[in-house]
Amino acid sequence: MLSGTTAPVSGPRAERTARRGRTHRWAARWSPYAYLAPFFVFFAAFGLFPLLYTGWASLHRVELTAPTDMEWVGLRNYSRLLTDEFFWNALRNTVTIGLMSTVPQLLMALGIAHLLHHRLRGSTFFRVVALTPYATSVAAATLVFVLLFGRDFGLVNWALGLAGADPVDWQNGRWTSQFAVSTIVIWRWTGYNALIYLAALQAVPGELYESAALDGASRWRQFAHVTVPSLRPTILFTCVVSTIGATQLFGEPLLFNGSAGATGGSDHQFQTLGLYLYEQGWVNLHLGRASAIAWAMFLILLLAGAVVALAGAYRRRTG
Amino acid sequence: MRQRARAGVLTYAALIVLTVVSLFPLVWTAVAASGSNGRLARTPPPLWFGDDLPENLAAAWTDAAMGTALLNTTIVAGTVAAGTVLFSTLAGFAFAKLRFRFKDLLLLLVVGTMMVPPQLSVVPLFMLVAELSWTDRLQSVVLPALVSGFGVFFMRQYLVTALPTELVEAARVDGASGPRVMWHVVFPAARPAMAVLAMLTFVMSWNDFFWPIIALTQSNPTVQVALTGLGRGYIPDQSVIMAGALLGTLPLLLVFVVFGRRIVGGIMQGAVKG
Repeated sequence: MLSGTTAPVSGPRAERTARRGRTHRWAARWSPYAYLAPFFVFFAAFGLFPLLYTGWASLHRVELTAPTDMEWVGLRNYSRLLTDEFFWNALRNTVTIGLMSTVPQLLMALGIAHLLHHRLRGSTFFRVVALTPYATSVAAATLVFVLLFGRDFGLVNWALGLAGADPVDWQNGRWTSQFAVSTIVIWRWTGYNALIYLAALQAVPGELYESAALDGASRWRQFAHVTVPSLRPTILFTCVVSTIGATQLFGEPLLFNGSAGATGGSDHQFQTLGLYLYEQGWVNLHLGRASAIAWAMFLILLLAGAVVALAGAYRRRTG
Repeated sequence: MRQRARAGVLTYAALIVLTVVSLFPLVWTAVAASGSNGRLARTPPPLWFGDDLPENLAAAWTDAAMGTALLNTTIVAGTVAAGTVLFSTLAGFAFAKLRFRFKDLLLLLVVGTMMVPPQLSVVPLFMLVAELSWTDRLQSVVLPALVSGFGVFFMRQYLVTALPTELVEAARVDGASGPRVMWHVVFPAARPAMAVLAMLTFVMSWNDFFWPIIALTQSNPTVQVALTGLGRGYIPDQSVIMAGALLGTLPLLLVFVVFGRRIVGGIMQGAVKG
């Protein structure tokens, strides 16, 4: 860019400089796109194209046994979902498990972040420990929790027995199974969110607390009037990420069921939308219907996002 | 900065509870993997290690193909981490330091890619893999994972402040070509963030679940696919299942023991800037 304004020098040297200047201008103009190309080429091939093609496939009857054999059915896959009790059941379960796993998780994460924000001995140790569940895969974690929540020989029921309670058939009850599945999610993700809150806490300017303390604000009022408002963007961020994660819940309910396939329990009591999609596509072999479920999930997520955005705008307007 | 409150006894007590809750399921995996299957059907359940760990690990290694799975997952996660870091650094540098048309729009698109659930792409990806006869081939799980909107954004946020714009301009004026600028100016400045992104991507790829379950079968599994096979009654012996879970988790725990501080730092750094 700078070489474009060379001083007038004559002779072959000037010509070389000018040529180099042209090459540079050309490079400066186009090289940014070259740096972006790998990302966008891969995204187009493995992100955008599949996204759109899922929409196209959802308008067809496609079976897994012959994926290239597509028969146009219009919106029939969607209209069938509207009257499909298993779809509504899966949607309900996704919402309830999502709430049961996200709300306690984020509240506990805030508490843990508060603890970790103290001046501590071994603070690195506690932070790494809080993050170890995140290093455990969905599969490994769920396999252990299935045993811990076992009806006859599980550790949880044994501990309940010591406390004088009757054993619980975790897997077969609707609420108990959803509680157990939520526990796995909470165990894996609380520490991760705590670290994100901790980072935000450390970024709150100390002067805010000092002036609040000068004004005579108590510890609790400082928390309510300084900490929470400062953390609001971070809290919103973690809510969005956790909600997206909750709508996709798949591995935990798949493996919590053990050998019984992708039904999410004998009575579908913990079948989520992600699991129902998998069952339709890869157990019942209806890829077209699976695509319709995928797009329905996406639309529900967009709708939820729009509601949150509108609520935020309304709150800002009314102050 | 305000002096942060010194932790009292109650804080330490709460943190010790946190430590126990965080580690207990992992420790108990080892406890369950170290005994016989019958030991798990007793009351009270085992709370201490038994003597059968080597046999159970060996059984998981051969019967559940954990050996193949660990090798496959190392290849997949390593390739995905390397590719993601390279592509993210290139694009992150362009977004951080170069001027071009549609820059803001393209950056918004990158952030938007993070919101797209993986469920929306599995059906066409499955058709593609079937068409190319890539079922059970590792490239079917590597190639779709090389795109990371998070990675691009993470590198951009780092390079905006870590790489002085004058340094790039100076290298340009000296006549350095694009690749030379990348190699001698951008990569050295980006190295700490590249390392953190590599570790985060490795962990995520190691634990990737939904698509590998669909694309791969038990004949050439990744760790997660093999564990799913175990969980679905492939092997009835619970202590061998736990040994498999232990084998599949240990490598990542090792990574955490060695690099834990930097991974924690990376997550917290991404949080503030994101």
